[in-house]
Amino acid sequence: MRESLDHWPFVIGSYAVGLIALALLIIWSYRAMRRAEKRREEMKKR
Amino acid sequence: MHIYANPKRFLSLASWLMPLLFWSGLVLSLGAIAWGLFMVPPDRLMGETVRILFIHVPAAWLGMGGWAGLAISSAALLIWKHPLAGIAARAIAVPGMVFCAICLATGSIWGRPTWGTWWEWDGRLTSMLVLLFLYGGYIALSQAAAREGGSMKIAAIFGMVGAINVPIINRSVVWWNSLHQPPSLTAGKSAIDPVFLWPLLVAVIGFSLLFGAIVLMRMRALIAEQQVEARLRRRALDDEAPLSAAPAMEGA
Repeated sequence: MRESLDHWPFVIGSYAVGLIALALLIIWSYRAMRRAEKRREEMKKR
Repeated sequence: MHIYANPKRFLSLASWLMPLLFWSGLVLSLGAIAWGLFMVPPDRLMGETVRILFIHVPAAWLGMGGWAGLAISSAALLIWKHPLAGIAARAIAVPGMVFCAICLATGSIWGRPTWGTWWEWDGRLTSMLVLLFLYGGYIALSQAAAREGGSMKIAAIFGMVGAINVPIINRSVVWWNSLHQPPSLTAGKSAIDPVFLWPLLVAVIGFSLLFGAIVLMRMRALIAEQQVEARLRRRALDDEAPLSAAPAMEGA
């Protein structure tokens, strides 16, 4: 018997996994950059 | 390339290039996703799951392309001792690993309705999983070297040796029997219908631009961290210098 599946939950799941991972990566990279550059500026002022 | 050996010159380039890559990448990626999700018809064989390819293929391309970039940067570090090459390799590793993981996860989700299984230990899937572990190994090695103040040479050699896996991934569907379909895009030829090919190409370009922006963000962060470390070391040496000089003067 051939299994029939609704494809849309798989499509939505794929995009959810991919886009959430990508968004987290962008936010983490941006915050790490800002934090490191802020620390460098503070060091320069001291 | 050596023009940008000076971090100051590189940072002035990155300050305008990063937002340009980020915003153009974001617009193209979101546009391609909307195109792939809502405007492309379902495929005759794959049905609606064909839409997963618009995120799976760019992720696969960037997982492999990321390691190629990491290997080239590692070679530049070993051959020319380019000061930014080690930073570039470290900056590529994390986004490369994330895209590799996205490729594996979306491929697995795609496999369930298409092949009837979440996972199959065939050449393509296994070699891609090996790439994920290679990324993990490189990140651990390079972070240990950076934390202990050691040489990046071992991580760079690891990066170059690991590059052998990239052509294996690429040719795995030709060399071994696989559930995965053979290459759909080869030089000058495409087995993909234009209705799917164009949004796919836009998605690949968009995600590649986003990848470039993330790498530049990470490079800026790593350069700033190195500069703080260097300043702290200089200060520590300046603080120690008068103390070590004092007994000598007393004895004289």
